[in-house]
Amino acid sequence: MEKRDTLIEVRNLKKFFKIGDNTLKAVNDLSFEIKRGETLGVVGESGCGKSTAGRTILRLYEPTAGDVLFEGQSVMKLNHQEMKAMRRNMQMIFQDPYASLNPRMTVGDIIGEALDIHGLASGQKRKERIQELLSLVSLNPEHMNRFPHEFSGGQRQRIGIARALAVEPKFIVCDEPISALDVSVQAQVVNLLQQLQEKMGLTYMFIAHDLSMVKYISDRVAVMYLGKMVELADSEKLYEKPLHPYTQALLSAIPIPDPEVERKRERIVLQGDVPSPMNPPSGCHFRTRCPKAMPECSAVEPVWKEVEPGHFAACHLYN
Amino acid sequence: MQLTKEHFEPISVDLRQAEEIKRPSLSFWADVWRRLKMNKVAMASLIFILLLVACAIFIPIFSSHDYYTTNLAGKNKPPSAEHWFGTDDLGRDVFVRVWYGARISLEVGFAAALIDLIIGMIWGGIAGFYGGKVDEIMMRIADILYAIPYLLVVILLMVVMEQGVVTIIIALTITGWIGMARIVRGQILQLKAQEFVLAARSLGADNNRLIFKHLIPNALGPIIVTLSLTVPTAIFTESFLSFIGLGVSAPVASWGTMSAEGLAAMKYYPWRLMFPALFISVTMLAFNLFGDGLRDAVDPRLRK
Ligand SMILES: Nc1ncnc2c1ncn2[C@@H]1O[C@H](COP(=O)(O)OP(=O)(O)OP(=O)(O)O)[C@@H](O)[C@H]1O
Ligand code: SF4
Ligand SMILES: [Mg+2]
Repeated sequence: MEKRDTLIEVRNLKKFFKIGDNTLKAVNDLSFEIKRGETLGVVGESGCGKSTAGRTILRLYEPTAGDVLFEGQSVMKLNHQEMKAMRRNMQMIFQDPYASLNPRMTVGDIIGEALDIHGLASGQKRKERIQELLSLVSLNPEHMNRFPHEFSGGQRQRIGIARALAVEPKFIVCDEPISALDVSVQAQVVNLLQQLQEKMGLTYMFIAHDLSMVKYISDRVAVMYLGKMVELADSEKLYEKPLHPYTQALLSAIPIPDPEVERKRERIVLQGDVPSPMNPPSGCHFRTRCPKAMPECSAVEPVWKEVEPGHFAACHLYN
Repeated sequence: MQLTKEHFEPISVDLRQAEEIKRPSLSFWADVWRRLKMNKVAMASLIFILLLVACAIFIPIFSSHDYYTTNLAGKNKPPSAEHWFGTDDLGRDVFVRVWYGARISLEVGFAAALIDLIIGMIWGGIAGFYGGKVDEIMMRIADILYAIPYLLVVILLMVVMEQGVVTIIIALTITGWIGMARIVRGQILQLKAQEFVLAARSLGADNNRLIFKHLIPNALGPIIVTLSLTVPTAIFTESFLSFIGLGVSAPVASWGTMSAEGLAAMKYYPWRLMFPALFISVTMLAFNLFGDGLRDAVDPRLRK
């Protein structure tokens, strides 16, 4: 693979929510980079903080601590005006195609809103640009005067993609863009995202809860557990040689299409439930379910380190 | 039968064709109107309300009688061609007085609803939008005000103000806006966490755009429904206060004062009680039925 420069650098990012007197550490100290033009997959069980991470990186939530650098520039230190300009670089595609489009606005206005906010086009040019964006995501440009409820889930997700593309961003957080869709249209939307990436040189952070889909589209994959990253590697490497016991367990749950291999394979079944993020276990957060847990795992939190070149993990097995 | 590869043939799907949309394009409010029109009861109520408003405006203007001229020679007359609803104990025309009463009732109803809307929307909107401490303090203040009974407020206001329509409206709205504020706050709180609001923020939308393009248009349904149910409550309260002598005072006609006067003479001159009482009941019913119909039309999922 060619050497790519870094587009996004996340440094010790934290996002805690206050819930009553408790603190919920939804995102707890993430550090990683995303290279220009790559797709970084992020996987983890529901509630592990994937959406919160994506939203905090885009500064839709103010971080509790840490910073994000976009092309070397600190996003969190920008003032109001600079942030507005920065928003043209970074966009998001949302999880729920029903909740992510304003039901009182026409599709044209939903896509055109970005043009209005940044003064990118008005009048006839605005209309042409909206139609161009609709065509780009394979929707009928004549449908710009219709309302979101008239479209199917897949079509709505395309509208959401067109909206994100309207500002010509460089980086898009795709927050489980296909989880809510029928299996039959999932592939269409993924293919569209890939085509757009190729055509426009986009960089994606692709969030999903299931490893098999992420493998297909990601260059590198990060695995999250209870607000922390536990492993990050090239997707080939991660699938061939997962280091972290949690990744190993996730991978072993994916069926392999070859029945010979499938039968002989050993499956790691995780014990117990995911602990509450309000009150995570001491030391390694995964220790209550880890088949390889050792005494020191409950005492000391494992550090995030580069175990092999380009392969990061946080586990005492690799100290 | 043995299936071989040749039995299967890929079907080409024309994407454009597949994305054809059959339903006519309707905006939210056009859709509400379509559903409302199908509801016969609500439409009948709406027509009644519109007629009531029109009559309350025009009948007192064009009638040959007025509400205050007394005629002791022709007192307590039963309904006739000259006095459709009869006359009262001072010989005043009950028909015209009923329509004057309608004016007062509607004035109080609409004014109270409008003031509730304005205060409730600003108060609830700010609390819901900013959340956190601001929300907590504002809603705590609302809770405290809510605990004061309006009857007490009316009596206290009577001490410092003249008895009349304005006093009633103030008394009603001092605590009345709280219901609206709670509705608006709940709506905004729920809406602002939705992904389309996050999407607008990620595009760089400022607070003004968020509030006026995204939050209010989506909260408008429940707001209007609440509003339509505030009107009959206010009308009833005005009638009640006037009935017990805390409302408008003579010679002004209100359905409440007319009922009170009519009640005293119910045995001998029943029309003097019957007409104002009938108007109160039917008007309340119409507003409530219309409000219910509107609620169903705005949010069909709420229908029981
Ligand atoms: N605005 C918020 N206020 C309080 N807690 C929140 C908020 N948003 C998320 N959380 C909590 O933070 C944790 C992480 O949530 P998040 O939505 O980031 O998870 P996720 O990995 O995206 O899950 P999913 O796969 O279900 O989307 C959850 O426990 C959630 O309840
Ligand atoms: S640190 Fe210990 S408990 Fe955590 S994953 Fe590694 S071995 Fe398991
Ligand atoms: Mg999520």
